[in-house]
Formats: sequence, C-alpha cells, structure tokens
Amino acid sequence: MIFRHLKGLLAVAFTMTGLFFFNTTFSQEGNEKHGEEKEQKKEGFNASEVIFDHVLDAHEFHFFDYKGSDGTSHPVTIPLPVILFSPQRGSSVFMSSRFNHGHDIYKGYRLDHGKIQPVTADGKPDAGVKVYDLSLTRNVVQMLLALALFVWIMIRIAAKYRGGVGRTAAPTGLQNAIETVVTFIRDDVAKPNLGQKHERYLPYLLTVFFFILINNIFGLIPGSANVTGNIAFTIVLGVISFIVILASSNSHFWGHIFNPPGVPGFVKPILILVEFLGVFIKPFALIIRLFANMVAGHIIIICLISLIFIFGQINPGVGWATSPFAIAFTVFIYFIEILVAFLQAYIFTNLTAVFIGLAMEGSHSKENHHDPHLTTAKYDNPVII
Amino acid sequence: MDLLTVLLSEVAWANAGGAIGAGLSAIGAGIGIGQIGKGAVEAIARQPEAINDIRANMILTAALIEGAALFGIIVGFLAMVL
Repeated sequence: MIFRHLKGLLAVAFTMTGLFFFNTTFSQEGNEKHGEEKEQKKEGFNASEVIFDHVLDAHEFHFFDYKGSDGTSHPVTIPLPVILFSPQRGSSVFMSSRFNHGHDIYKGYRLDHGKIQPVTADGKPDAGVKVYDLSLTRNVVQMLLALALFVWIMIRIAAKYRGGVGRTAAPTGLQNAIETVVTFIRDDVAKPNLGQKHERYLPYLLTVFFFILINNIFGLIPGSANVTGNIAFTIVLGVISFIVILASSNSHFWGHIFNPPGVPGFVKPILILVEFLGVFIKPFALIIRLFANMVAGHIIIICLISLIFIFGQINPGVGWATSPFAIAFTVFIYFIEILVAFLQAYIFTNLTAVFIGLAMEGSHSKENHHDPHLTTAKYDNPVII
Repeated sequence: MDLLTVLLSEVAWANAGGAIGAGLSAIGAGIGIGQIGKGAVEAIARQPEAINDIRANMILTAALIEGAALFGIIVGFLAMVL
C-alpha cells in the first residue's frame, strides 16, 4: 500500500517537474527575442563572477556590497597599495582606492577586471607602455599577516621553552597545542621516512607544515583571500621542495633512474624516461594537489551559498526555502575544510619527507626500497595520532 | 539556441569534454579511494594493533590517488578555459 502511494507521489512529482521545465523553455525562448532585457536580467546575480572574484587575487579586500539611499550599490572594501614600475613612465605608488573599483583612471592606469592596464589620455589601452605590477595584492598582504602571527607565536613559545617552562615544568597555554603537532611531525613524518638524518630536515618540514597550515586557516576566514589556492604560492613551495629533494639525493638514487638494475635491456629506455620524468612529476603533483584542493574547497562553499541567490532569482520564496539546506551544507563543508586545512599541510609535509627519503636512501635498505613506511619499526615507537 | 548551433559550436564541445573528463577522473578517484578504504578496514579488522601504521599509509596512498585525479580535473578545466 505504502509503495503504491509512493508511486503516485513520484508520478505527481515527475509531472510537476516536467511542467516546470516545459514552462521555462517557453519563457527562455520568449526572452531571446529581447536580447537586451536578458542581458540585464543576468546582471542581478552572476554566480561565476562571484566565484572568481572570491578565488582569484585582487587589489583590495572585498567584503560585501550595500545599496545606498540613491539606489546605487557601493562595495565595502579595504584598499591595498598598488606599486607599478614601467620602463617608460617610471614607478608609481598609490592606493587601489584611487581606481574607484575600476571606474576611474589614475595616473594613466586603469583597473580592468583585476588587472592593471596602462591607458592613453582618452582612455584607450596603451600598447606602447610595458608595466610590471609589483603591488601588495590581498594574497601578499594576507600571507604577510599570517606570517607575522606565526612568527610571533613561535618566538613567544620558544622563549617560554628557553625559560624552562615545558622542559622542567609542565607546558602552558599554546605550548600544549604546538608541542603536540611538533612531536607528531617528528615522530610520524620525519623519523619513519628520513631515519637517522631526520634532525637535519626537521626545521624545513616543520616550517612548511606550519606555513601551509596557518595560510589554509587564514583562507577560511570569510572575506579573506585564498592564499594557498593560488598557483604561484604552491609553485614556490613545490620548487623549494624540489630543490631540497635534489640536494639530498645520492648516487644510488640517480643510479636507479639512469640504470635501473634487474631490468631487461629493451625495457630500459622506457623505464629511464619514466623514472626521469618522475623526478619532475613528484614536486609537480605536490603543487597541483595543494592548489586544486584549496580552490575546490573554496569553490564548493561559495557555490552552495550561490545556490540560494540562483534560486532566489527564480522566486524569492524558493530562495528562502533553499537557504536552510544551503547553509547547513555550507557549515558541513566548512568543517570538512578545517579538516582539509590540516590534512593538506600534513600531506604536503609527509610527501616531501617521503620523496627526500627516497632520494637519499642508501643501498643498505634495499629490501625496504619500495615502501619507506616499512622502515618505521626500526626507529619509531608506536605513537597515537 | 537550437540544437544544431549548440552541436556546431566549439565551446560546447570543449565544455562537454572538460565536464566528462572531470567526471571520469572523479570516478577513478572514487574507485581507488574505495579500494583503499576497503583494504584498510579489512586490515584493521585483522590486526587492530597496527591501526596507526595502516592509517598513515592509507592517507598517503589516498593522497597519491587524489593527485592523479586532480591532474585529470585540472586538464578538464584547461580544456574548458583554453
């Protein structure tokens, strides 16, 4: 009986959906005749613009827009300094508020969709002028803020340890949080992968871990920039890892790449190519992983919020009805993102340690060659994560 | 837009290709991470005392698979943008 009721309900639902879509197709066709009207309607809420405005770098911190008493919308922003150098015009420094959010031209420069363009006196793009944009964009400013906070916390904690708190007495305050993480990186990341040489690499691994972590967390504050989801940022981290991996490689590592032992001769050329490319793909994968994970997380959150406004454009009632679900999902994803912030920092650090370990592995540990984690037992006491 | 113009435009094909590629790489990652989860849970059931080692290796392997899937998604995205 229940099943039959359900079937009837489903039939009704399908019919309603069909009718709904049938109607929208008609209304869309009607709209196409008035092209201008359609364009104007789209300006109400443009999801992809909102998403890219959030994910990409900018010359200002943009929080929200409000409608003034005169009916125009005013963006609420924190302007940031613009530093330009041009071989033809020399250098100029001013605040990005001079552009009036892209409406004004200042000192012969114009802000066009987040990019600064040189223009001639009548407002046309000036192709003859080359500009190097060295501005403190919101990614840079936020990274410096995060870095300042990070250094301040670490110096304070280090001073405490130097004073004896945490060595002779129980650790206090933030020491408890940081010490757990530091010992976790040492015991679960550095020691299993790097063995006796782990002390040499520990400063680098800890710096990378905390740097990515604090930038991930700063990126989760609403209205802030998406620093770790910037490909330039992750490329720099990946290149540093690449240099560290190459600097710690030994002859055994290169021998395995250019002369793989125990392989028939005719396979060797293919294998050498694959292994050689692998040297570059490893740090490249680190770069892409961090970048794509952070961008994806931010896009998911903003898409869920955008859903409210997309439905709200169809009908305000639908928008209100969608909002509880959208907000519930957003909060859920937001908590997952906090987990991801830690996880990606851990994965970046762990994989760097694994690659360093592979690069400096000697021939003595040949039996464990393919799995660095099997060497855990030798150095490590079991630690509870 | 009628169907013919949609089918003839390059943008539509690029968008479809990018979307299908991203979906396929998500399927691949799903299968891979599902296998890891299955293996890890089975291993933990057999040997509960090795849970820490298993968990560390599980996260590491999942990260490697995820890296491969993200390559696919990035390439799909580039197909749409470029």
